[in-house]
Amino acid sequence: MNKTITLAQGNGGEENNELIKKVFYKAFKNEILERSEDAAVIGNLAMTTDSFTVSPLFFAGADIGKLAVCGTCNDLAMMGAVPKYLTCSVIIEEGFEVESLERIVESMRSELAINGAVVVSGDTKVVPKGSVDKIFINTTGLGEIVQAGISSNNVSEEDVILINRDIGCHGATIFAAREGMEMSSTLKSDCNSLYPQVKALMDAGVRITAMRDATRGGVAAVLNEWARQSNVCIEVEEEKIPVSDEVKGICEMLGFEATALANEGTFVLAIHKDSAAKALEILKGFEVCAMASRVGEVTQKYPQKVILKSPWGTSRFLETPNGELLPRIC
Amino acid sequence: MGLELKNLYDGFRDADTIKAYAKIIAADAQKLPHPINIMEVCGGHTHTIMKYGVLQLLPSNIHFVHGPGCPVCIMPKERIDHAYVLSMQENVILVTLGDMIKVPGSNGSLQDARAKGADVRFVYSPLDCLKIAQENPDKTVIFFAIGFETTTPMTAALLDTVIRQDVKNILLHVNHVTVPEPMRALISDEACIIDAFLGPSHVSVISGSKIYEEFPRDWHKPVVVSGFEPVDVMQSISMIVKQFIENRCELEVEYKRAVTREGNLKAQALNDKYFHNVDFRWRGLGDIPQSGMGLRSEYDRYNAEKIYDAILPKEEINDHKLCICGDILKGKASPPQCSIFGTACKPTSPVGSCMVSSEGACSAYYKYGNLV
Repeated sequence: MNKTITLAQGNGGEENNELIKKVFYKAFKNEILERSEDAAVIGNLAMTTDSFTVSPLFFAGADIGKLAVCGTCNDLAMMGAVPKYLTCSVIIEEGFEVESLERIVESMRSELAINGAVVVSGDTKVVPKGSVDKIFINTTGLGEIVQAGISSNNVSEEDVILINRDIGCHGATIFAAREGMEMSSTLKSDCNSLYPQVKALMDAGVRITAMRDATRGGVAAVLNEWARQSNVCIEVEEEKIPVSDEVKGICEMLGFEATALANEGTFVLAIHKDSAAKALEILKGFEVCAMASRVGEVTQKYPQKVILKSPWGTSRFLETPNGELLPRIC
Repeated sequence: MGLELKNLYDGFRDADTIKAYAKIIAADAQKLPHPINIMEVCGGHTHTIMKYGVLQLLPSNIHFVHGPGCPVCIMPKERIDHAYVLSMQENVILVTLGDMIKVPGSNGSLQDARAKGADVRFVYSPLDCLKIAQENPDKTVIFFAIGFETTTPMTAALLDTVIRQDVKNILLHVNHVTVPEPMRALISDEACIIDAFLGPSHVSVISGSKIYEEFPRDWHKPVVVSGFEPVDVMQSISMIVKQFIENRCELEVEYKRAVTREGNLKAQALNDKYFHNVDFRWRGLGDIPQSGMGLRSEYDRYNAEKIYDAILPKEEINDHKLCICGDILKGKASPPQCSIFGTACKPTSPVGSCMVSSEGACSAYYKYGNLV
């Protein structure tokens, strides 16, 4: 590992994992932490924390406020928990406009309502100009587990892999906005609360083995984490992975893989074979999930690996994204 | 309805077409007089071949040798050190393209320089430097220009604008290189096993197909100028195989949608105005005469290499002795034959040039190729 921290170590991919393992896990080592789930399970409670920093603060489809609530509530939902209580801690740069702050907080309020959760504690710090980039938000969430036993460590050959919607929208939107790429497109972030979708699945009695929202590191990171944590091989048909034309376009121009792009309202599901059709039908009932798809299966072909299969019969490994997300040159 | 981006690749990734070409190639390959080694010169082709699993579709008597056509991979360490040193200067913003910022030099990469406080940025188009310079009038923007014939005209266009608009705070550090010279250097080596070349289409969009005429004529090596989609590559392979079974040795263009013999004359004129051929030391291949494009001396006042000459390191730096990138670039070895491939040398900690960029042969193998 490097002597100094680089941006690559916050990418949600390989370098990020190494940093967490070698520094944080080493110091904080305990049984709950080591299960490496989206949220820690403590009895019938799920608990998670996340810090949010994004530039620009307001982007097509959402803003940092919505992101800060969705991100934490989604991590709880992924463990089969209903989001209940959140904390909200903000670090604000001197000179930040109050009007923007109010807009952000209003986004948080309306997203909390969708989840049925409330903020019960908070903290505010203001730091001198240049100490942070405008505003950083941390939220910690507590949820009540409705369906126990959902875990990234339990994926087996009895399961199939589903994705709830088209992937990569958030990453592509932020990249386009940050680089000032002007294009006439309907592209917007997928930032969205996932609890309503998860609730519908649980209410219908779908046999959920694992769920994970594909944030930094994208779908590629989630699939690789599952393959490793559950010691299985995940075989995915590339053409079944839902990608919108807009996201494909950005990937084409910049040389990205949609599977490596961040999402904020997209999750991967491992569902028992018997329930797969029902799960897909329920997901497709949500407007944003029109492209929900069954993308692959679980085998023992190459344990701990993810295989992407092309429609013309070739295959390759899908690796955990590494490095900073950088465009190819030619 | 206007032209959409997907119109550019739709059809060129069609499964049935790809499978049909695989069948044609397999049938034709039975008539090959001997196994053939095709070099794809360009890193973009390496990427296509690995990403779409093209090698899995080929019979055992057609081999690929991955060429030196990735601008990041061939950058010698001392030039990366130039970028590093420049980026650490007071009031300098160092700007470059894409994954150049990942490549470690002897002090670290530009990413490391940035972590230490240097202002390092990457852009999609060199012209983006104009905006950065305008927003930072008290800083000097140094564009670390890299790439083959495809990106050289963009650097020329930047300099052209800088001169026309009299922009005071943009300098260039030029590392442009050309494709035919290393091809010639490779086949001049007696140990070279290359039988035919896949030429990159985007280079010929600028320079025309004429730059490859010498290879069939003087070196008896067929060249097919190919597009970058899997159907393009499969069709080009098929064209090469047919040349061998029909005993032809020609320059052919598969990418007829945009390549002409003469190329883009306007871009060529712009290049000629600002650049001239210079010697360049290639990482892995060594000195290749006249293979670089340097700024003409009348533009010295924009040349960061001249202006900062006193502080730029001069000593040539070679790769670690276990690294066999040179042999890989020459087609003498394939990435898995390297003793440190995938162990000491990985995309997260590259030792040699070919692991550095996503277009490098080793990186492509690491990412996609370990299944076969």
